Amino acid sequence: MPERVTKNRRWRVRLREAQQGYVLVAPYLLHLSVFFGYPLLFAFVLMFHRWDIVTPMEFVGLKNFWRLMRDDLFFRALLNTGIFLTIHIPLQIVVALFFAELLNRPLKGRGFFRAAYFMPVVVSGVVITILFQQLFAFDTGLINRMLQALGGEPVPWLVSPALAMPSIAIMATWKNVGLYIVLFLAGLQHIPRHLYEAAELDGANAWQRWWHVTLPMLNPTMVTVVVLSTIGGFSLFIEPYILTGGGPLNATLSAVLYIYNQAFYFNHMGYAAALGFCFAIVIFLVVLLQRRFVETDTWS
Amino acid sequence: MRRLGLYLLLGIGLVGFAYPFVWMGIATFTPEAEIPELTLLPSRWTLEHYRLVFERIPVWRGLLNSLVVALAVTASVLVFTSMAAYALAKLHWRGRETVFSLILFTLMIPFLLLLIPLYTLVVRLGWTDSLLGLIVPFMMNATGVLILRQSFLTIPRDLIDAARMDGCGELRILFTIVWPLSVPALVTVGLLTFIGSWNEVLWPIIVVREVQWMTLPQLVALFAVGGGAEGQLGPQLAAAFLLALPIVLAYLFFQRYFIQSFATSGLKG
Repeated sequence: MPERVTKNRRWRVRLREAQQGYVLVAPYLLHLSVFFGYPLLFAFVLMFHRWDIVTPMEFVGLKNFWRLMRDDLFFRALLNTGIFLTIHIPLQIVVALFFAELLNRPLKGRGFFRAAYFMPVVVSGVVITILFQQLFAFDTGLINRMLQALGGEPVPWLVSPALAMPSIAIMATWKNVGLYIVLFLAGLQHIPRHLYEAAELDGANAWQRWWHVTLPMLNPTMVTVVVLSTIGGFSLFIEPYILTGGGPLNATLSAVLYIYNQAFYFNHMGYAAALGFCFAIVIFLVVLLQRRFVETDTWS
Repeated sequence: MRRLGLYLLLGIGLVGFAYPFVWMGIATFTPEAEIPELTLLPSRWTLEHYRLVFERIPVWRGLLNSLVVALAVTASVLVFTSMAAYALAKLHWRGRETVFSLILFTLMIPFLLLLIPLYTLVVRLGWTDSLLGLIVPFMMNATGVLILRQSFLTIPRDLIDAARMDGCGELRILFTIVWPLSVPALVTVGLLTFIGSWNEVLWPIIVVREVQWMTLPQLVALFAVGGGAEGQLGPQLAAAFLLALPIVLAYLFFQRYFIQSFATSGLKG
Protein backbone atom coordinates (compact mmCIF):
# COMPACT_ATOMS: atom_id res chain seq x y z
CA MET A 1 0.00 0.00 0.00
CA PRO A 2 2.63 2.68 0.95
CA GLU A 3 4.36 1.99 -2.36
CA ARG A 4 1.19 2.92 -4.15
CA VAL A 5 0.68 6.06 -2.12
CA THR A 6 4.11 7.45 -2.96
CA LYS A 7 3.58 6.65 -6.61
CA ASN A 8 0.30 8.44 -6.56
CA ARG A 9 1.91 11.39 -4.84
CA ARG A 10 4.78 11.58 -7.27
CA TRP A 11 2.28 11.57 -10.10
CA ARG A 12 0.45 14.45 -8.51
CA VAL A 13 3.65 16.42 -8.10
CA ARG A 14 4.38 15.81 -11.78
CA LEU A 15 0.96 17.01 -12.77
CA ARG A 16 1.33 20.15 -10.70
CA GLU A 17 4.73 20.81 -12.28
CA ALA A 18 3.27 20.44 -15.76
CA GLN A 19 0.44 22.82 -14.92
CA GLN A 20 2.94 25.36 -13.63
CA GLY A 21 4.93 24.96 -16.84
CA TYR A 22 1.93 25.90 -18.95
CA VAL A 23 1.05 28.82 -16.69
CA LEU A 24 4.57 30.25 -16.84
CA VAL A 25 4.97 29.92 -20.58
CA ALA A 26 1.43 31.13 -21.34
CA PRO A 27 2.12 34.91 -21.40
CA TYR A 28 5.02 34.36 -23.77
CA LEU A 29 2.97 32.17 -26.09
CA LEU A 30 0.05 34.57 -26.03
CA HIS A 31 2.32 37.44 -27.00
CA LEU A 32 4.03 35.30 -29.61
CA SER A 33 0.77 34.35 -31.27
CA VAL A 34 -0.52 37.95 -31.38
CA PHE A 35 2.67 39.80 -32.34
CA PHE A 36 4.46 37.09 -34.31
CA GLY A 37 2.00 34.44 -35.43
CA TYR A 38 -0.72 36.79 -36.56
CA PRO A 39 1.58 39.16 -38.50
CA LEU A 40 3.29 36.17 -40.10
CA LEU A 41 -0.02 34.72 -41.29
CA PHE A 42 -1.38 38.12 -42.23
CA ALA A 43 1.75 38.75 -44.35
CA PHE A 44 0.66 35.79 -46.49
CA VAL A 45 -2.82 37.27 -46.87
CA LEU A 46 -1.64 40.79 -47.49
CA MET A 47 0.79 39.94 -50.27
CA PHE A 48 -2.09 38.74 -52.48
CA HIS A 49 -4.09 41.92 -51.97
CA ARG A 50 -4.09 45.55 -52.87
CA TRP A 51 -4.61 47.64 -49.75
CA ASP A 52 -4.11 51.27 -48.75
CA ILE A 53 -5.32 50.71 -45.15
CA VAL A 54 -8.23 53.16 -45.63
CA THR A 55 -10.38 51.41 -48.24
CA PRO A 56 -11.22 47.67 -48.03
CA MET A 57 -8.66 45.11 -49.21
CA GLU A 58 -8.95 43.93 -52.78
CA PHE A 59 -7.78 40.46 -53.81
CA VAL A 60 -5.40 40.66 -56.76
CA GLY A 61 -3.94 37.13 -56.82
CA LEU A 62 -0.33 37.02 -57.93
CA LYS A 63 -0.37 40.51 -59.39
CA ASN A 64 1.97 41.89 -56.74
CA PHE A 65 4.51 39.23 -57.64
CA TRP A 66 4.23 39.79 -61.38
CA ARG A 67 4.79 43.44 -60.72
CA LEU A 68 7.76 42.66 -58.53
CA MET A 69 9.39 40.58 -61.27
CA ARG A 70 9.37 43.66 -63.51
CA ASP A 71 10.22 46.17 -60.78
CA ASP A 72 13.67 47.63 -61.45
CA LEU A 73 13.80 49.14 -57.98
CA PHE A 74 13.37 45.73 -56.32
CA PHE A 75 16.38 44.42 -58.22
CA ARG A 76 18.21 47.68 -57.65
CA ALA A 77 17.74 47.22 -53.88
CA LEU A 78 19.07 43.66 -54.17
CA LEU A 79 22.06 44.87 -56.17
CA ASN A 80 22.73 47.64 -53.63
CA THR A 81 22.62 45.13 -50.78
CA GLY A 82 25.00 42.93 -52.77
CA ILE A 83 27.42 45.83 -53.24
CA PHE A 84 27.15 46.65 -49.55
CA LEU A 85 27.90 43.07 -48.51
CA THR A 86 30.83 42.50 -50.89
CA ILE A 87 32.59 45.48 -49.34
CA HIS A 88 31.33 45.28 -45.77
CA ILE A 89 31.97 41.60 -45.02
CA PRO A 90 35.61 41.25 -46.19
CA LEU A 91 36.53 44.68 -44.81
CA GLN A 92 34.98 43.81 -41.47
CA ILE A 93 36.78 40.47 -41.25
CA VAL A 94 40.17 41.92 -42.20
CA VAL A 95 39.97 44.91 -39.84
CA ALA A 96 38.54 42.87 -36.96
CA LEU A 97 41.16 40.13 -37.34
CA PHE A 98 43.94 42.72 -37.57
CA PHE A 99 43.02 44.43 -34.31
CA ALA A 100 42.15 41.16 -32.55
CA GLU A 101 45.64 39.85 -33.42
CA LEU A 102 47.21 43.06 -32.08
CA LEU A 103 45.20 42.87 -28.86
CA ASN A 104 46.08 39.21 -28.40
CA ARG A 105 49.75 40.10 -27.86
CA PRO A 106 51.10 40.72 -24.37
CA LEU A 107 50.45 44.41 -23.75
CA LYS A 108 49.32 46.93 -21.20
CA GLY A 109 45.93 48.58 -21.51
CA ARG A 110 44.24 45.86 -23.57
CA GLY A 111 40.93 46.57 -21.88
CA PHE A 112 41.22 50.27 -22.63
CA PHE A 113 41.86 49.78 -26.35
CA ARG A 114 39.15 47.15 -26.60
CA ALA A 115 36.65 49.46 -24.93
CA ALA A 116 37.53 52.35 -27.24
CA TYR A 117 37.17 50.24 -30.40
CA PHE A 118 33.86 48.92 -29.11
CA MET A 119 32.25 52.28 -28.42
CA PRO A 120 30.57 52.82 -31.84
CA VAL A 121 28.76 49.49 -31.39
CA VAL A 122 26.62 50.75 -28.51
CA VAL A 123 25.89 54.21 -29.91
CA SER A 124 22.68 54.72 -31.90
CA GLY A 125 22.92 54.40 -35.68
CA VAL A 126 21.30 57.84 -35.88
CA VAL A 127 24.31 59.40 -34.13
CA ILE A 128 26.82 57.56 -36.30
CA THR A 129 24.95 58.52 -39.47
CA ILE A 130 24.74 62.22 -38.60
CA LEU A 131 28.43 62.14 -37.70
CA PHE A 132 29.36 60.57 -41.03
CA GLN A 133 27.09 62.91 -42.93
CA GLN A 134 29.53 65.58 -41.85
CA LEU A 135 32.67 63.46 -42.27
CA PHE A 136 31.63 62.43 -45.82
CA ALA A 137 30.42 65.86 -46.97
CA PHE A 138 31.97 66.88 -50.29
CA ASP A 139 32.99 70.51 -49.67
CA THR A 140 32.98 70.83 -45.91
CA GLY A 141 33.51 67.22 -44.78
CA LEU A 142 36.35 66.43 -42.44
CA ILE A 143 37.70 63.55 -44.55
CA ASN A 144 37.87 65.61 -47.75
CA ARG A 145 39.40 68.53 -45.88
CA MET A 146 42.12 66.22 -44.63
CA LEU A 147 42.67 64.75 -48.09
CA GLN A 148 43.01 68.25 -49.50
CA ALA A 149 45.38 69.30 -46.73
CA LEU A 150 47.53 66.32 -47.73
CA GLY A 151 47.42 67.48 -51.34
CA GLY A 152 44.75 65.05 -52.58
CA GLU A 153 41.53 65.55 -54.46
CA PRO A 154 38.19 65.61 -52.63
CA VAL A 155 36.26 62.33 -53.02
CA PRO A 156 32.51 62.51 -53.85
CA TRP A 157 31.68 59.99 -51.08
CA LEU A 158 27.92 60.34 -51.04
CA VAL A 159 27.40 62.32 -54.23
CA SER A 160 28.67 59.78 -56.72
CA PRO A 161 26.26 56.90 -57.46
CA ALA A 162 29.23 54.53 -57.71
CA LEU A 163 30.68 55.51 -54.32
CA ALA A 164 27.59 56.15 -52.20
CA MET A 165 26.89 52.54 -51.23
CA PRO A 166 30.59 51.71 -50.63
CA SER A 167 30.72 54.78 -48.37
CA ILE A 168 27.79 53.45 -46.35
CA ALA A 169 29.52 50.07 -46.19
CA ILE A 170 32.65 51.75 -44.77
CA MET A 171 30.53 53.57 -42.20
CA ALA A 172 28.74 50.37 -41.17
CA THR A 173 32.09 48.62 -40.83
CA TRP A 174 33.37 51.39 -38.59
CA LYS A 175 30.27 51.05 -36.41
CA ASN A 176 30.19 47.26 -36.08
CA VAL A 177 33.78 46.12 -36.25
CA GLY A 178 34.34 46.56 -32.48
CA LEU A 179 31.95 43.70 -31.80
CA TYR A 180 33.87 41.38 -34.12
CA ILE A 181 37.22 42.46 -32.67
CA VAL A 182 35.88 41.28 -29.30
CA LEU A 183 34.53 38.02 -30.75
CA PHE A 184 37.73 37.25 -32.69
CA LEU A 185 39.83 38.11 -29.62
CA ALA A 186 37.78 35.70 -27.50
CA GLY A 187 38.20 33.11 -30.25
CA LEU A 188 41.97 33.63 -30.38
CA GLN A 189 42.29 33.31 -26.62
CA HIS A 190 40.43 30.02 -26.68
CA ILE A 191 42.73 28.30 -29.15
CA PRO A 192 44.63 25.69 -27.13
CA ARG A 193 48.37 26.38 -26.97
CA HIS A 194 49.27 22.78 -27.69
CA LEU A 195 47.88 23.07 -31.23
CA TYR A 196 50.54 25.70 -31.98
CA GLU A 197 53.22 23.66 -30.25
CA ALA A 198 52.29 20.59 -32.27
CA ALA A 199 52.36 22.62 -35.50
CA GLU A 200 55.74 24.03 -34.56
CA LEU A 201 57.10 20.53 -33.94
CA ASP A 202 55.90 19.61 -37.41
CA GLY A 203 58.02 22.45 -38.73
CA ALA A 204 55.27 24.91 -39.57
CA ASN A 205 56.37 28.54 -39.82
CA ALA A 206 54.43 31.44 -38.33
CA TRP A 207 52.38 32.00 -41.47
CA GLN A 208 51.54 28.31 -41.80
CA ARG A 209 50.54 28.13 -38.14
CA TRP A 210 48.22 31.07 -38.69
CA TRP A 211 46.73 29.60 -41.84
CA HIS A 212 46.32 26.01 -40.59
CA VAL A 213 45.59 26.55 -36.89
CA THR A 214 44.30 30.06 -36.21
CA LEU A 215 42.06 30.51 -39.21
CA PRO A 216 40.19 27.19 -38.97
CA MET A 217 39.74 27.68 -35.22
CA LEU A 218 38.13 31.06 -35.82
CA ASN A 219 35.64 29.64 -38.29
CA PRO A 220 32.60 29.88 -35.97
CA THR A 221 33.24 33.59 -35.46
CA MET A 222 33.71 33.97 -39.20
CA VAL A 223 30.28 32.43 -39.76
CA THR A 224 28.80 34.80 -37.18
CA VAL A 225 30.33 37.83 -38.89
CA VAL A 226 29.08 36.76 -42.30
CA VAL A 227 25.54 35.89 -41.23
CA LEU A 228 25.00 38.90 -38.94
CA SER A 229 26.43 41.26 -41.56
CA THR A 230 24.11 39.83 -44.18
CA ILE A 231 21.04 40.33 -42.03
CA GLY A 232 22.34 43.80 -41.17
CA GLY A 233 22.81 44.62 -44.86
CA PHE A 234 19.22 43.75 -45.65
CA SER A 235 17.93 45.79 -42.71
CA LEU A 236 19.84 48.99 -43.54
CA PHE A 237 17.37 51.80 -43.11
CA ILE A 238 18.35 54.81 -41.06
CA GLU A 239 21.72 55.19 -42.81
CA PRO A 240 20.35 55.82 -46.31
CA TYR A 241 17.24 57.49 -44.85
CA ILE A 242 19.35 60.24 -43.28
CA LEU A 243 22.38 60.32 -45.59
CA THR A 244 20.97 60.04 -49.07
CA GLY A 245 17.24 59.26 -49.01
CA GLY A 246 18.13 56.26 -51.19
CA GLY A 247 19.87 58.37 -53.83
CA PRO A 248 21.82 59.37 -55.81
CA LEU A 249 19.93 57.62 -58.63
CA ASN A 250 18.69 54.95 -56.17
CA ALA A 251 22.27 53.85 -55.57
CA THR A 252 21.66 53.48 -51.82
CA LEU A 253 18.07 52.22 -51.90
CA SER A 254 18.06 49.37 -49.38
CA ALA A 255 15.52 46.60 -48.95
CA VAL A 256 13.88 48.09 -45.87
CA LEU A 257 13.97 51.61 -47.26
CA TYR A 258 12.18 50.41 -50.39
CA ILE A 259 9.53 48.59 -48.36
CA TYR A 260 9.13 51.74 -46.27
CA ASN A 261 8.69 53.92 -49.36
CA GLN A 262 6.14 51.58 -50.94
CA ALA A 263 4.13 51.30 -47.73
CA PHE A 264 4.24 54.84 -46.40
CA TYR A 265 4.73 57.08 -49.42
CA PHE A 266 2.50 55.21 -51.86
CA ASN A 267 0.29 53.34 -49.36
CA HIS A 268 0.93 50.07 -51.23
CA MET A 269 0.62 47.80 -48.17
CA GLY A 270 0.02 44.64 -50.20
CA TYR A 271 2.96 45.27 -52.48
CA ALA A 272 5.18 46.17 -49.52
CA ALA A 273 4.23 42.85 -47.87
CA ALA A 274 5.09 41.00 -51.10
CA LEU A 275 8.45 42.81 -51.19
CA GLY A 276 9.10 41.84 -47.55
CA PHE A 277 8.35 38.21 -48.36
CA CYS A 278 10.67 38.12 -51.38
CA PHE A 279 13.50 39.87 -49.56
CA ALA A 280 13.08 37.37 -46.70
CA ILE A 281 13.37 34.48 -49.18
CA VAL A 282 16.54 36.03 -50.62
CA ILE A 283 18.00 36.42 -47.12
CA PHE A 284 17.28 32.75 -46.41
CA LEU A 285 18.93 31.60 -49.61
CA VAL A 286 21.98 33.83 -49.12
CA VAL A 287 22.49 32.73 -45.51
CA LEU A 288 22.03 29.10 -46.54
CA LEU A 289 24.68 29.46 -49.26
CA GLN A 290 27.03 31.30 -46.91
CA ARG A 291 26.73 28.58 -44.28
CA ARG A 292 27.38 26.01 -46.96
CA PHE A 293 30.55 27.71 -48.15
CA VAL A 294 31.92 29.42 -45.05
CA GLU A 295 31.16 26.93 -42.32
CA THR A 296 33.68 24.14 -41.99
CA ASP A 297 33.17 21.15 -39.77
CA THR A 298 36.49 21.31 -37.95
CA TRP A 299 34.44 21.66 -34.80
CA SER A 300 32.11 18.72 -34.99
CA MET B 1 61.08 48.42 -31.11
CA ARG B 2 58.42 45.85 -31.96
CA ARG B 3 56.47 46.88 -28.90
CA LEU B 4 56.58 50.46 -30.05
CA GLY B 5 55.17 49.45 -33.43
CA LEU B 6 52.40 47.51 -31.69
CA TYR B 7 51.36 50.50 -29.59
CA LEU B 8 51.62 52.76 -32.62
CA LEU B 9 49.17 50.58 -34.57
CA LEU B 10 46.83 50.34 -31.58
CA GLY B 11 47.06 54.12 -31.22
CA ILE B 12 46.07 54.62 -34.86
CA GLY B 13 43.05 52.43 -34.19
CA LEU B 14 42.25 54.47 -31.10
CA VAL B 15 42.30 57.69 -33.11
CA GLY B 16 40.20 56.06 -35.82
CA PHE B 17 37.46 54.87 -33.48
CA ALA B 18 37.43 57.45 -30.72
CA TYR B 19 38.53 60.66 -32.41
CA PRO B 20 35.34 61.18 -34.48
CA PHE B 21 33.36 61.26 -31.21
CA VAL B 22 35.76 63.77 -29.66
CA TRP B 23 35.64 65.86 -32.81
CA MET B 24 31.85 65.73 -32.75
CA GLY B 25 31.74 66.85 -29.12
CA ILE B 26 33.97 69.83 -29.83
CA ALA B 27 32.14 70.71 -33.05
CA THR B 28 28.85 71.10 -31.18
CA PHE B 29 30.39 74.07 -29.29
CA THR B 30 32.10 75.53 -32.37
CA PRO B 31 30.65 78.46 -34.36
CA GLU B 32 29.02 77.13 -37.55
CA ALA B 33 31.56 78.75 -39.91
CA GLU B 34 34.50 77.10 -38.17
CA ILE B 35 33.19 73.51 -38.03
CA PRO B 36 34.73 72.43 -41.36
CA GLU B 37 38.15 73.81 -40.35
CA LEU B 38 40.76 71.26 -39.39
CA THR B 39 41.89 73.19 -36.33
CA LEU B 40 41.20 71.26 -33.14
CA LEU B 41 39.84 74.02 -30.94
CA PRO B 42 37.42 76.77 -31.96
CA SER B 43 38.35 80.47 -31.68
CA ARG B 44 35.40 80.86 -29.30
CA TRP B 45 32.95 78.47 -27.66
CA THR B 46 29.24 78.76 -28.34
CA LEU B 47 26.02 77.23 -27.02
CA GLU B 48 24.11 78.51 -30.06
CA HIS B 49 23.65 75.01 -31.59
CA TYR B 50 22.18 73.60 -28.40
CA ARG B 51 19.91 76.60 -28.06
CA LEU B 52 18.49 75.93 -31.52
CA VAL B 53 18.06 72.21 -30.82
CA PHE B 54 16.15 72.82 -27.58
CA GLU B 55 14.07 75.46 -29.35
CA ARG B 56 13.12 73.24 -32.29
CA ILE B 57 12.65 69.79 -30.76
CA PRO B 58 11.15 68.79 -27.39
CA VAL B 59 14.35 67.16 -26.15
CA TRP B 60 13.13 66.47 -22.61
CA ARG B 61 9.84 65.03 -23.81
CA GLY B 62 11.69 62.79 -26.27
CA LEU B 63 14.08 61.69 -23.55
CA LEU B 64 11.15 60.87 -21.27
CA ASN B 65 9.36 58.92 -24.02
CA SER B 66 12.52 56.96 -24.84
CA LEU B 67 13.13 56.22 -21.19
CA VAL B 68 9.54 55.07 -20.53
CA VAL B 69 9.56 52.83 -23.61
CA ALA B 70 12.99 51.32 -22.94
CA LEU B 71 12.31 50.72 -19.23
CA ALA B 72 8.86 49.21 -19.82
CA VAL B 73 10.17 46.91 -22.55
CA THR B 74 13.18 45.87 -20.47
CA ALA B 75 11.17 45.16 -17.31
CA SER B 76 8.61 43.17 -19.24
CA VAL B 77 11.22 41.18 -21.15
CA LEU B 78 13.04 40.31 -17.92
CA VAL B 79 9.91 39.13 -16.10
CA PHE B 80 8.01 37.30 -18.84
CA THR B 81 11.04 35.94 -20.63
CA SER B 82 12.37 34.57 -17.34
CA MET B 83 9.08 32.82 -16.72
CA ALA B 84 9.16 31.18 -20.13
CA ALA B 85 12.87 30.34 -19.82
CA TYR B 86 12.29 28.80 -16.38
CA ALA B 87 9.43 26.67 -17.66
CA LEU B 88 11.65 25.52 -20.54
CA ALA B 89 14.72 24.84 -18.40
CA LYS B 90 13.39 23.49 -15.12
CA LEU B 91 9.85 22.17 -15.50
CA HIS B 92 8.65 19.06 -17.29
CA TRP B 93 5.55 19.34 -19.37
CA ARG B 94 4.23 17.90 -22.58
CA GLY B 95 5.03 20.05 -25.61
CA ARG B 96 8.08 21.67 -24.05
CA GLU B 97 10.42 20.78 -26.90
CA THR B 98 7.85 21.93 -29.46
CA VAL B 99 7.51 25.30 -27.78
CA PHE B 100 11.28 25.66 -27.63
CA SER B 101 11.59 24.88 -31.36
CA LEU B 102 8.85 27.40 -32.05
CA ILE B 103 10.79 30.09 -30.19
CA LEU B 104 13.95 29.18 -32.13
CA PHE B 105 11.91 29.44 -35.32
CA THR B 106 10.80 33.00 -34.51
CA LEU B 107 14.49 33.97 -34.44
CA MET B 108 14.87 32.88 -38.05
CA ILE B 109 12.18 35.17 -39.46
CA PRO B 110 13.63 38.49 -40.66
CA PHE B 111 11.87 41.51 -39.23
CA LEU B 112 11.30 43.03 -42.67
CA LEU B 113 8.79 40.26 -43.40
CA LEU B 114 6.73 41.18 -40.32
CA LEU B 115 7.14 44.94 -40.60
CA ILE B 116 4.04 45.77 -42.64
CA PRO B 117 1.59 43.25 -41.11
CA LEU B 118 2.74 44.21 -37.62
CA TYR B 119 2.16 47.84 -38.49
CA THR B 120 -1.36 47.11 -39.74
CA LEU B 121 -2.04 45.20 -36.50
CA VAL B 122 -0.94 48.21 -34.45
CA VAL B 123 -3.19 50.41 -36.59
CA ARG B 124 -6.15 48.11 -35.91
CA LEU B 125 -5.45 48.11 -32.19
CA GLY B 126 -5.48 51.91 -32.34
CA TRP B 127 -1.96 52.15 -30.95
CA THR B 128 -0.39 54.44 -33.51
CA ASP B 129 0.71 57.73 -32.00
CA SER B 130 0.99 56.18 -28.56
CA LEU B 131 3.74 54.64 -26.48
CA LEU B 132 1.73 51.38 -26.35
CA GLY B 133 2.50 50.84 -30.02
CA LEU B 134 6.19 51.17 -29.24
CA ILE B 135 6.16 48.97 -26.12
CA VAL B 136 3.71 46.08 -26.44
CA PRO B 137 5.01 44.41 -29.64
CA PHE B 138 8.48 44.12 -28.06
CA MET B 139 7.51 42.94 -24.57
CA MET B 140 8.94 39.47 -25.22
CA ASN B 141 12.19 38.50 -26.79
CA ALA B 142 13.37 35.15 -28.14
CA THR B 143 17.08 35.88 -27.71
CA GLY B 144 16.30 36.61 -24.06
CA VAL B 145 14.67 33.21 -23.68
CA LEU B 146 17.75 31.51 -25.14
CA ILE B 147 20.24 33.32 -22.91
CA LEU B 148 18.19 32.92 -19.72
CA ARG B 149 17.31 29.28 -20.40
CA GLN B 150 21.00 28.53 -20.89
CA SER B 151 21.75 30.14 -17.55
CA PHE B 152 18.85 28.52 -15.69
CA LEU B 153 19.94 25.07 -16.92
CA THR B 154 23.09 25.33 -14.80
CA ILE B 155 21.13 25.76 -11.55
CA PRO B 156 21.10 22.49 -9.58
CA ARG B 157 17.75 20.78 -9.48
CA ASP B 158 18.20 19.87 -5.79
CA LEU B 159 18.01 23.53 -4.88
CA ILE B 160 14.66 23.90 -6.58
CA ASP B 161 13.33 20.63 -5.15
CA ALA B 162 14.33 21.72 -1.65
CA ALA B 163 12.44 24.99 -2.08
CA ARG B 164 9.39 23.08 -3.29
CA MET B 165 9.55 20.87 -0.18
CA ASP B 166 9.38 24.05 1.85
CA GLY B 167 6.19 24.89 0.00
CA CYS B 168 7.52 27.56 -2.33
CA GLY B 169 5.50 28.19 -5.47
CA GLU B 170 7.28 28.16 -8.82
CA LEU B 171 7.05 31.93 -9.27
CA ARG B 172 8.58 32.48 -5.87
CA ILE B 173 11.34 29.97 -6.63
CA LEU B 174 12.04 31.79 -9.89
CA PHE B 175 12.28 35.25 -8.42
CA THR B 176 13.87 34.50 -5.03
CA ILE B 177 16.16 31.56 -5.80
CA VAL B 178 16.82 31.37 -9.54
CA TRP B 179 17.11 35.12 -10.21
CA PRO B 180 19.82 35.85 -7.63
CA LEU B 181 21.86 32.98 -9.09
CA SER B 182 21.49 34.25 -12.67
CA VAL B 183 22.53 37.88 -12.33
CA PRO B 184 25.03 37.87 -15.24
CA ALA B 185 22.45 36.48 -17.67
CA LEU B 186 19.82 38.92 -16.43
CA VAL B 187 22.24 41.84 -16.84
CA THR B 188 23.03 40.66 -20.37
CA VAL B 189 19.38 40.37 -21.39
CA GLY B 190 18.42 43.61 -19.62
CA LEU B 191 21.23 45.61 -21.17
CA LEU B 192 20.70 44.26 -24.69
CA THR B 193 16.97 44.90 -24.49
CA PHE B 194 17.40 48.39 -23.11
CA ILE B 195 20.00 49.44 -25.68
CA GLY B 196 18.05 47.81 -28.49
CA SER B 197 14.89 49.65 -27.51
CA TRP B 198 16.71 52.93 -26.87
CA ASN B 199 18.43 52.87 -30.27
CA GLU B 200 15.44 51.61 -32.28
CA VAL B 201 14.37 54.17 -34.85
CA LEU B 202 12.64 52.46 -37.80
CA TRP B 203 9.64 51.31 -35.77
CA PRO B 204 8.96 54.69 -34.07
CA ILE B 205 9.25 56.46 -37.43
CA ILE B 206 6.55 54.15 -38.78
CA VAL B 207 4.19 54.12 -35.81
CA VAL B 208 4.44 57.63 -34.36
CA ARG B 209 3.71 60.79 -36.35
CA GLU B 210 2.79 63.12 -33.51
CA VAL B 211 5.74 64.98 -32.02
CA GLN B 212 4.64 64.53 -28.43
CA TRP B 213 4.98 60.73 -28.61
CA MET B 214 8.25 60.62 -30.52
CA THR B 215 11.33 59.00 -29.03
CA LEU B 216 14.64 60.83 -28.92
CA PRO B 217 16.37 58.95 -31.78
CA GLN B 218 13.32 59.59 -33.94
CA LEU B 219 13.25 63.30 -33.11
CA VAL B 220 16.95 63.63 -33.84
CA ALA B 221 16.71 61.69 -37.11
CA LEU B 222 13.76 63.78 -38.33
CA PHE B 223 15.54 66.95 -37.19
CA ALA B 224 18.53 66.00 -39.36
CA VAL B 225 16.42 64.98 -42.37
CA GLY B 226 13.78 67.69 -42.18
CA GLY B 227 14.44 71.38 -42.31
CA GLY B 228 14.61 71.83 -38.53
CA ALA B 229 18.34 72.47 -38.51
CA GLU B 230 18.10 74.95 -41.42
CA GLY B 231 20.85 73.04 -43.15
CA GLN B 232 23.33 73.90 -40.42
CA LEU B 233 25.82 71.28 -39.27
CA GLY B 234 26.22 72.46 -35.69
CA PRO B 235 22.64 71.88 -34.51
CA GLN B 236 22.50 68.46 -36.20
CA LEU B 237 25.70 67.39 -34.49
CA ALA B 238 24.48 68.84 -31.19
CA ALA B 239 21.24 66.86 -31.44
CA ALA B 240 23.19 63.71 -32.25
CA PHE B 241 25.55 64.37 -29.36
CA LEU B 242 22.62 64.73 -26.93
CA LEU B 243 21.27 61.43 -28.18
CA ALA B 244 24.63 59.68 -27.73
CA LEU B 245 25.39 61.15 -24.31
CA PRO B 246 23.28 58.91 -21.98
CA ILE B 247 24.50 55.69 -23.59
CA VAL B 248 28.12 56.85 -23.79
CA LEU B 249 28.09 57.84 -20.10
CA ALA B 250 26.56 54.50 -19.13
CA TYR B 251 29.14 52.79 -21.33
CA LEU B 252 32.06 54.57 -19.70
CA PHE B 253 31.00 53.22 -16.29
CA PHE B 254 29.83 49.74 -17.26
CA GLN B 255 31.79 48.99 -20.42
CA ARG B 256 32.74 45.48 -19.29
CA TYR B 257 29.07 44.51 -18.98
CA PHE B 258 28.28 46.10 -22.34
CA ILE B 259 31.03 44.23 -24.16
CA GLN B 260 30.17 40.96 -22.43
CA SER B 261 26.48 41.29 -23.30
CA PHE B 262 26.96 42.17 -26.93
CA ALA B 263 29.52 39.40 -27.33
CA THR B 264 27.01 36.90 -25.89
CA SER B 265 24.31 37.98 -28.31
CA GLY B 266 26.81 37.88 -31.18
CA LEU B 267 27.67 34.28 -30.38
CA LYS B 268 24.01 33.35 -30.16
CA GLY B 269 23.32 34.87 -33.55
